[in-house]
Amino acid sequence: MSGPASLSRDAAELAAVQPLRPVDRSRWRGLVLPAVAIALWALLSWLDVVNSALLVSPQKVFATAADQILSGRLWRALGASLAREATGFLIGTASGLVLGALLGLWPLFDRIVGPSFNTFKQISLFAWIPLISVWFGLGDVAKVVFLSLAALVPVVVNTCDGIRTVPPALLEVARVYGFTRWQTLAQVVLPAALPAIFTGVYLALIYSWLATIGAEYLLVAGKGIGNTLIEGSEHFQMDLVIFGMFVIGLVGWLMNASARALERRLARWTGRA
Amino acid sequence: MSAEAELSAVLQRDAVTPLRLSLPWRRLGDAALPWLLPAALLALWFVGAGQGWISPQVLPPPEFVAETLRDLATSGDLWLHVSTSFARVGVGFAIGTLLGLLLGTAMGRVEAYLLPSFNALVQIPVLAWLPFVLLIVGIGEPLKYILIAKAALVPVALNTLQGFRQTPQSLREVGEVYGYSRRQQVLEIVLPHAVPTLFTGVRLGFTKAWLSLVVVELVASSEGLGYLIVYGRQLFQLDLVMAAVVIVGAIGWAIDRLLERLENTLHRHRPGGAAR
Repeated sequence: MSGPASLSRDAAELAAVQPLRPVDRSRWRGLVLPAVAIALWALLSWLDVVNSALLVSPQKVFATAADQILSGRLWRALGASLAREATGFLIGTASGLVLGALLGLWPLFDRIVGPSFNTFKQISLFAWIPLISVWFGLGDVAKVVFLSLAALVPVVVNTCDGIRTVPPALLEVARVYGFTRWQTLAQVVLPAALPAIFTGVYLALIYSWLATIGAEYLLVAGKGIGNTLIEGSEHFQMDLVIFGMFVIGLVGWLMNASARALERRLARWTGRA
Repeated sequence: MSAEAELSAVLQRDAVTPLRLSLPWRRLGDAALPWLLPAALLALWFVGAGQGWISPQVLPPPEFVAETLRDLATSGDLWLHVSTSFARVGVGFAIGTLLGLLLGTAMGRVEAYLLPSFNALVQIPVLAWLPFVLLIVGIGEPLKYILIAKAALVPVALNTLQGFRQTPQSLREVGEVYGYSRRQQVLEIVLPHAVPTLFTGVRLGFTKAWLSLVVVELVASSEGLGYLIVYGRQLFQLDLVMAAVVIVGAIGWAIDRLLERLENTLHRHRPGGAAR
């Protein structure tokens, strides 16, 4: 199956973003490039060599940022986006857990639904947007449906994989101890599958954030950080565009970092248990 | 016994014993099971559309979709859109892969300087780059090339970095024992060992490029497969939308399969026969 493989590689890719070696002492080196880039940017806009309204000065971007933050526009947009993302993420993850568990635990269900699900998953998520917009309109309902789909797929894949790859030795132990089915599930299968399930949930968080931006782009109605970007683009306000990109990147990074911290904690906890 | 079989054995211990059918029948049943759900959905769709439960505006009958697919294929419209999309993906993917390989290799040297900035830029999704690039280069072909290239670049660069980083110490030592020059080390040890990982990156890069193509064409284009979807949506021709979605899915799937097969071949020929 190519899908799950590429999903777990997605996870690996996200993980690979972390440097292997601790780079504490050389952390300043990472700041060289951004500092040079910003200095160059400031210099170019100060010298006024590029005669274009698009080369806005760093000061202008900071002014826009301050304006957006102080006037509360940023918080309204971000709040709307995050609320939507949270709803979609919760619905998608919850249904993904159920579906993934069914696929992993119930062979007959897997044989009937599995192949269809794998086909479904191959279709680019964004290709669903036009259909969703016809069926659910352009409002929040359509966006949440789309976000739930985005969150659902990685959760299903990883939950089902995690359950299937429980080491046989563990199951044997459970059998030797005469565990009931419920005990096996709660004390052997679930803890063993937990890291994989967590990977799925973590991916769901990232995917639903990307999908939030996508939904705001393609189902244009209402407020959100994606709409801020579109607004900036339509009014040729490069400062607003750069600020919006920065916020989107920052939120993604924060999600990434907090999920990773949680994952480490979870790993320590399951390691002790 | 595989883990899967073991698990189902444990979990089904007190489940009802299934009906004992003779082997050929069981095989047939096993082969038919995956088709049950699609067949049921298709039947429901047929009947629902035939009985007029759902307005064709909301869900066109399946024969409409099939007809639209046939029309697209025979009228030549489809080839125009497919070739446009292919050209975009081809150029973008080629640029992205090339830059990704270069960047990944370069990052191996100056990781501490480059990786944090790279990571920061990676956090920004393609759709957030779109307005930025749009303002700079306009809505023409370069916009598509740049965004598709960016999408392909990220996994290629990361896998390249990873591939060059994971040369086993033992192989390096063998190289030292044989007195390999630096050039020989790279050409005969590091590179062959990294190739499968590099290819994984390239394959992932293609998947990302194809996804971005659809997104970019949905937002900003006047031809191509993504545009076909938008166009159908604007005219409320859902049969066209569905036909286009099917085509996009099928092409993406076929190419992914092809690359997967290539990748598996590469992994099998991995030096030292080390299976992944």
